[in-house]
Order: sequence, then structure tokens, then C-alpha cells
Amino acid sequence: MSGTPRADTRPLSPHLQIWRPHLTMAASITHRITGVALYFGTFLITAWIVALATGAECYTTIEGLVTAWYGQIIMYLWAVAVLYHFANGIRHLLWDGPNIGFTPKTASAVSLFNYVFAFVGAAAIMAATIWL
Amino acid sequence: MSYGKFTTPAKNARGLGSAKSGTEHHIRQRVSAIALIFLVPWFMFSIINAMGAGMEAAQAWAGQPLNAILLILTAGAAIFHMRLGMQVVIEDYIEKTGTRSTLLILNSFACIALFVTVALSVLKLWIGAGA
Repeated sequence: MSGTPRADTRPLSPHLQIWRPHLTMAASITHRITGVALYFGTFLITAWIVALATGAECYTTIEGLVTAWYGQIIMYLWAVAVLYHFANGIRHLLWDGPNIGFTPKTASAVSLFNYVFAFVGAAAIMAATIWL
Repeated sequence: MSYGKFTTPAKNARGLGSAKSGTEHHIRQRVSAIALIFLVPWFMFSIINAMGAGMEAAQAWAGQPLNAILLILTAGAAIFHMRLGMQVVIEDYIEKTGTRSTLLILNSFACIALFVTVALSVLKLWIGAGA
């Protein structure tokens, strides 16, 4: 929280390098990284909506950026981040609300599922936009 | 941790953790998450369709009342949620008080400006559609 730098003697949680890397740890870190990425992604989506409201000249420019190869890569990564943060966010709600999914086996399996869901799901979405 | 019969509740609580607005923050983060469970699938599907449909079709899509309402709701819930999330990230990693406060204020300003920008753009599209 805000305020003075730490002067108290309360124990700190172990730092990253203390832990043996494991799936739920990766899932947690990825949740935060995708969250921050989506923060900036929202500015890009907003730019598209503003262009749509502004008019043809502005929209043509941004449409060119979206359909360019780098725009498509950003779109794919955006979809990955949305799907991952979405799936892992539901897992957080299940942890907090009904208190389920805490056993190491389940938690690891769900972590893996979230990664697969995000990358495969985003690839499916991109494929659908190209072929449908 | 008790210091005996004559200590005040404040004395017992002091030093054992933050007594600020953590609980409220936690609940807000989750309530906005629940809203986003419903809004994000709609948004993903719609925005990707709209992006590939060309300008006129996209404008017509955003100009429909239900879509305009859902767009503003999605922006509201998402930007509220991301402001809370970024606040925690700043609090976790930035220890210097001045820098931290500056970033926290910047986070609030950016999110509010972003929401106003989306809302006004959607309103313009909605009014432009003559609905």
C-alpha cells in the first residue's frame, strides 16, 4: 500500500529465485503480465473506436495498421492475452468464491489448460477471421 | 498478539498489517471481473467481426442502441478493472513514494480519460446512426 518505505520487521514472502519453477507460479506471473499487456492493448482498441467515430480518412489509416502483418501479430497476441486472463481470472473467482481448485494436481492441470486455451483459442480466432 | 487486559484494540492491531482499503479494492476487482465474464466474450466476437467488416458496417454496428450500450458497459467495467489492477502493480514494484504517487495519479487520470474518450466516440456513432 501507499506511504512510507518498509521500516517494520514483518516477514516478506520469499523472492522469485527462492522457488523451484512450477506451473501455478508461471500461471500467476502470466496473469499479471497479460493484465499489464491488456492495459496497453485497451488504448489500441480505443484508438480504433476513435478512428471509427472520426471518419473515413482516419479509419483507413488504422485499418491499414490492423491488417498489416505486424498488426495481425499484435491482434493475435491481444487475443492470447484476453483468453488467458479470462480463463485464469475465472479460476481466481473459483478460488475466492466456492473455494475450489486448490489441490496441487488440479491447480497445475488448470494452469496448463489456461495456456493451451489461450494460444490455441487465439489461433482459432485468427484462422476464423482469415477464412470465414 | 495481546499485551494484556489494559491494551486498546488499536495497540493489538498495530503492526500486524495494513488497515487501509484492501478489502474494498479486492471486492471491486472481483465484481468488475464478474461483469467482464459476460461482456468480454460478446466484445471479442463483435469487435473482431466489426474490424473485418469495413467502415460503414462497423459504424452501423456501433450505432445500434444495444451495441452502443454494451460497448460503454464493457469499456466501463474493463477500464475500472484495469485501473485497480495497475494500481496493485505500481504499489508492488515502485517503492519510492514520489514516483509511486505520481504513477498512481497518472494511472487514475489515464483510465478516466480513456473511458471518457470511448464513451464520447460511441455516443457520436450512436447519434450519427440517427437512432
